[in-house]
Amino acid sequence: MRLATFKALAAAVSVVAAVGSSAAFAQDKGKAPAKAAAAGPMEQFFPLLVYRSGAYAPNGVPFANGMQDYLKLINARDGGINGVKITFEECETGYATDRGVECYERLKGKGPTGATVFQPLSTGITYATTDKTFTDKIPLITAGYGRADSVDGEAFPFNFPLMGTYWDAADILVQHVGKLNGGLDKLKGKKIALVYHDSPFGKEPIALLQERAKMHGYELLLLPVTHPGVEQKATWLQIRQQRPDYVFLWGWGVMNSTALKEAVATGYPRDKMFGVWWASAEPDVLPVGADAKGYQGVTLQHSAGRTKVHEDILKHVHDKGQGTGPKDEVGSVLYNRGMISAMLGVEGVRRAQERYGKKPLTGEQVRWGLENLALDQKKLDALGFAGMMRPISTSCKEHGGAHAGRIHTWDGTKWNFSSDWYEADQQILKPMIQKSANAYLVEKKLPRRDCAKELTGG
Amino acid sequence: MLYRENGQFKTTYRADQQLLPITQDRFFVWGVVVLAFLLVPLLASDYAFRALIVPFLILAIAAIGLNILVGYCGQISLGHAAFMAVGAYAAYNLVIRVPGLNFLVVLVLAGLVAALVGIAFGVPSLRIKGLYLAVATLAAQFFVDWMFARVKWFTNYSSSGSVSPADVELFGWVIDQPVEKYWFVLGVLVVMTLLAKNLVRSHIGRSWMAIRDMDVAASVIGIQPLHAKLSAFAVSSFFAGVAGALWGFVHLGAWEPLAFNINLSFNLLFMIIIGGMGSILGSYFGAAFIVVLPLLLNQLPHWLGIEMSTAMISHLEFIVFGALIVFFLIAEPHGLARLWAIGKEKLRLWPFPH
Repeated sequence: MRLATFKALAAAVSVVAAVGSSAAFAQDKGKAPAKAAAAGPMEQFFPLLVYRSGAYAPNGVPFANGMQDYLKLINARDGGINGVKITFEECETGYATDRGVECYERLKGKGPTGATVFQPLSTGITYATTDKTFTDKIPLITAGYGRADSVDGEAFPFNFPLMGTYWDAADILVQHVGKLNGGLDKLKGKKIALVYHDSPFGKEPIALLQERAKMHGYELLLLPVTHPGVEQKATWLQIRQQRPDYVFLWGWGVMNSTALKEAVATGYPRDKMFGVWWASAEPDVLPVGADAKGYQGVTLQHSAGRTKVHEDILKHVHDKGQGTGPKDEVGSVLYNRGMISAMLGVEGVRRAQERYGKKPLTGEQVRWGLENLALDQKKLDALGFAGMMRPISTSCKEHGGAHAGRIHTWDGTKWNFSSDWYEADQQILKPMIQKSANAYLVEKKLPRRDCAKELTGG
Repeated sequence: MLYRENGQFKTTYRADQQLLPITQDRFFVWGVVVLAFLLVPLLASDYAFRALIVPFLILAIAAIGLNILVGYCGQISLGHAAFMAVGAYAAYNLVIRVPGLNFLVVLVLAGLVAALVGIAFGVPSLRIKGLYLAVATLAAQFFVDWMFARVKWFTNYSSSGSVSPADVELFGWVIDQPVEKYWFVLGVLVVMTLLAKNLVRSHIGRSWMAIRDMDVAASVIGIQPLHAKLSAFAVSSFFAGVAGALWGFVHLGAWEPLAFNINLSFNLLFMIIIGGMGSILGSYFGAAFIVVLPLLLNQLPHWLGIEMSTAMISHLEFIVFGALIVFFLIAEPHGLARLWAIGKEKLRLWPFPH
């Protein structure tokens, strides 16, 4: 009897192990995504790195839903990208770098041509996967986040921080508070506190804010908040003591609403607080409700609201019961962000198809498309994005595409634009990007890519 | 029938004291090593290497290190990820500040730096024990987290606090392919395992175990608690430092202090509790359990063709993983290594159990 149970157990264990290992090993037989499958299905695979669980889920979910809804829309309305159907698979990262890397490895070989483009949705994961893109030749879109210096396409051939970086956002914020004071020179002697998430994401803007502090003579207070950011009493005690003129909030997830609650408790005026775009969406202010009134945020282009593309999503996706999330979430800030991010990936493929033909493309081919993106106003209008964003065009050297933004303000129930367009000052940013990118190349012992040569070489 | 040491006579002390006295064990271990070096690279995919096998091997080194401290010497540490971080940042600074240094030298130096830090945080163990010591080692975790996040020199003034060194190079061999990483890490693991295995059966190891079992009795028979405890902290942190350097350079490639946060410390502790305290083999089992199982659980619904939302899958992963930990601890409180030993005992009697 004893022997029999032992045997059965052994058999069960070996079966489980066999299933597990064969499936794990069968993961990516198409190891080399560089080879386009000629006879494969007409499909383009989009990996989706998301976080629907953990401390950042309230913000991660609408983003993920927006991305998925847009891909579904392209399939349902247009039958794919010029006839090439989009397939996708989600992988949960939980905003953890090691799990993100695992997801990247899991999904990079899927689909007939491998993963099209990764959107890591975390600055930490962006840092960790950037190295891998050199050998895997898969582009990374980090729309509005990621490494600020990856705008330099010669140093980061596969990174695309489209529609602005954290340096752009920080630059726009300084310009805005300068304008409020009647000129950047009036910032002299002022105090600006940066309350930031203590991670690569939160630390990104520091370099630029310090550079600007040197130019304009304001004092910069750096107040880090540890992950996940529910404990900020000490931080706000410091703010109460130091009384900064402005607070820039570089938070994510539950940290933002906590900061706003602390501001209410400390009596710090909300209209002196400015969030980065990750810190100025509905999940950040709704828990605080009317008390958050007056809180402002820098958007890299869009805010909440619905345009034609949302109508299409509602008609073709949600009304057919295919919606990824609830209907009323369509048009919220982070939903829109996810949707635009997906659109940029899709348009990169569409542009690459003009050169390589209407078939499934490899990551390297899509890279060319992203590098030669030319979305003018007419194209944006046709896509249904009129009013949400400005034209965007990239080149081999310049992977950012656009560096504009606006400020929006929470009125207690919704976000409204409260400023005109700003352009990040490239005269300040360019040398910083150059310096940082060069340091990166030296540290990694990598050669600089020569864009001029590639152009003439075809 | 197959696994029985009848007739294997030892005629010299040397033969009696060898690492694996039973012939079958020797064949088995050599077989495993040969398979690991030659056969696994033919079978495993890039994904298996990068996401499962390489992290498993590196964390096995760290778990062996922690097991020396907790399992053999009986001192608890809740801050072992901190010593890994010290190793990783020491290696990073050595690589960028001393160009041309061989990576093997870097690895040893990184381990030594971690050992020094380990000794420093091990000093309280001379006066305090048990839970109180656990709290003191927690200080190592928070201090190191703070140091690498705040002192810019350690991260070479990186604007985001994230560092990303170049690929490891050994005598002109650039280790960037998954298989190469695997071979390199496996080589280090084999050396470290041999080191650990020999240490714990030497007089140093016996002094650790004497301290673990009863420190007053140990000091009465002439074992100095100072030497025993601090050497355990040093060796343990050395292992953690080497593992940390590998974790940063070979596995992650780019990392921030968050990569070595307290969760990793807890995971290391779970590894040796589930794997088996005071067992080198148990460290392997524990590392495999903690690294591989969550990923397996995460992908299982997909393989079985069950449609499930991503959030649902990751919640299920937590629930099942937690339940399995509890199950194994109830079924075998002495860890997976004990299960293995029971299996071996049964095998000796097979096929004629009493």
